[in-house]
Amino acid sequence: MTIAAAVGPARRRARIAYLLLLPGVAWLAIFFIIPLISLFFTSLQVSTGSSGKYKAGFNWRNYVEALSEYWEFFLRALIYAGIATVLALVIAYPLAYFIALKAGRWRALMLVLVVAPFFASFLLRTYAWKTILADDAVITQTLNALHLLPDGRILNTSIAVIAGLTYNFLPFMILPLYAALDKIDPRLIEAGSDLYASPFTTFRKVTWPLSMPGVVAGTLLTFIPAAGDYINAELLGSTKDKMIGNAIQTNFIEFRDYPMASALSFILMASILIIVTVYIRRAGTEELV
Amino acid sequence: MSERPLSREAKALIAMSRTSLSRRRILQVAGVGGVAAVVAACGAGGGDGSSSAAAPSPTVTDKSDTDKTVVWSNWPLYIDEDDSGGRPSLAAFEKQTGITVTYNDDVNDNNEFYAKVRTQLESGQSIDRDIVTLTDWMAALWIRNGYVQKLDRAVLPNAANLIPRLADVAFDKPRDYSLPWQSGFGALGWNKAALKSVLGTDTMTSIDQLFDPKLKGKISVLSEMRDTMGILIAWQGNDPSNFTEDQFNQALDALQKQIDSGQIRQVAGNDYAGAMESGDVTAVIGWSGDMFQLGPDFGVGLPETGGMLWTDNMIIPASSEHAKNASILMNYYYDPKVSAEVAAYVQYICPVVGAKEEMAKIDPALVDNQWIFPSDETFAKSYVFMELTPEQDEKYQRAFQKAIGN
Repeated sequence: MTIAAAVGPARRRARIAYLLLLPGVAWLAIFFIIPLISLFFTSLQVSTGSSGKYKAGFNWRNYVEALSEYWEFFLRALIYAGIATVLALVIAYPLAYFIALKAGRWRALMLVLVVAPFFASFLLRTYAWKTILADDAVITQTLNALHLLPDGRILNTSIAVIAGLTYNFLPFMILPLYAALDKIDPRLIEAGSDLYASPFTTFRKVTWPLSMPGVVAGTLLTFIPAAGDYINAELLGSTKDKMIGNAIQTNFIEFRDYPMASALSFILMASILIIVTVYIRRAGTEELV
Repeated sequence: MSERPLSREAKALIAMSRTSLSRRRILQVAGVGGVAAVVAACGAGGGDGSSSAAAPSPTVTDKSDTDKTVVWSNWPLYIDEDDSGGRPSLAAFEKQTGITVTYNDDVNDNNEFYAKVRTQLESGQSIDRDIVTLTDWMAALWIRNGYVQKLDRAVLPNAANLIPRLADVAFDKPRDYSLPWQSGFGALGWNKAALKSVLGTDTMTSIDQLFDPKLKGKISVLSEMRDTMGILIAWQGNDPSNFTEDQFNQALDALQKQIDSGQIRQVAGNDYAGAMESGDVTAVIGWSGDMFQLGPDFGVGLPETGGMLWTDNMIIPASSEHAKNASILMNYYYDPKVSAEVAAYVQYICPVVGAKEEMAKIDPALVDNQWIFPSDETFAKSYVFMELTPEQDEKYQRAFQKAIGN
């Protein structure tokens, strides 16, 4: 057998592999990379002095202005999204644990219930929270009676924004956690107790490390969209709770300041990328995500 | 205030408009997310971001006589509807003229709609619409940039029915390019019972009452700069139709103070109506028609220092190939009888002379309604916001948005 004949099928296999990549790569190129490049050049455009009109250029000052004018919005977005992510993890972990390991025949039903809110639009779900958190609603009345609310209300405060973010992105936390916990071999947990580990030690040494891929995926899937969200701040917050998404929206729609909106988007993307990179390195699960 | 029997469907629709799909603004939050907006920005701003050429001269040939269609973009809940969701006045028009109307309620926000079609407008491409309904200042921007066709008065004899108060506008003298669809007031609105329990009265006549510390955290103002700022400028004794930058800033300081103190709970688009119903806010600067629709438990009135009068105008885009059909449609709605039908449903200010007399036959209770047929006295208590240059507009918008936390 000649060498050429041996190489043939391998080459063909490689070609097929590239062909399989084609749809995904083309999709990304057209709808992500090209817009991203365009966005980058927009972010460097120069004002022509008349409103809403810009010309090509390399105006790096847009970035300086974006940061100096909107740093509070960035900070707020990262803090709100961070708190919401932690809350979602605290709520989701026990739930996912229960579904994966204890739910038995109720498992399918419970998973459907987790996903069910997605059948209603994001916007309507957030509107529903306006009713849930209204001044006359039970929750607000109860917490007020206990003197737990500094403003005497929940709606139109940062509490409402964080609560809304937590709720809206909760399924993104539950599902990866469930997938990770479901994969754990129960015999490993049994082995823990066989080796005289307390339930807590078993959890700390066995379950938690094995669920790390789910924790990392879930926190990323929650944090990233929450940091860029603006609907919760718009509908549930007050004038002092606006996040970076709101600033981008205002610059784009109200001011028609496209360079500024683009620069803000780029800074948001970059800061999320940095945070995520550091986080994944610290979490030490490169091979798992 | 009259209690009108509404169909269940209409009630449901109105209820929906309050809580979810508000008429004027709220869906700006829906489709145009940060990311979506930014992607759109690429389409708009990429490549030659300059696009300084202002007016693409329309070189369209009118196909109205052969192609009997017209496409109209209007605000949600802004035309009469029957129980089954049909639009009786439009159906009658189609039957009468043989022109098929595609009616879109896809204008939720002036700026958002403009962002959607801006690229096509600038390059002189069709925006696939023959009539668009835009608020004064946005209509002014379109006319100034040459995006609008001149109206053909020969096909529009009923345009003479336009009420005099709306005939004379700075941005379009003498209404060569635009015709009002409906108008309304930026005004005070309040929950009668809640106000009485706090202030001891169930009527509001001044902004001073709105800023009474007893109402702290229970009031809301509009995110529409012209309505909120206009009312505050008038409150400070200045003229919203003709003010200086200092006077604007002075009013803005007052607004900022009320926001910082927590007096103003939220700055809202249209969703303030839902907050009024749920009891979260007691008093607002809002829109007359919305508050009138809330029913007899709620009061609406112009502040004694003056309210704001705004108009949503029908214009024909320069690229429209059905300008004649569009004009025939406008002419139809300037028939007093037809406009009275619309007014009875949407309950905003009817811009047509003679509609009041027609209203007597439809719903006599609405004839003396100041929010549909304002008297000269009511009109005299209102201002039209000063026309701003694009530069002034940008400067004031930025200052205003900053004050309201954007």
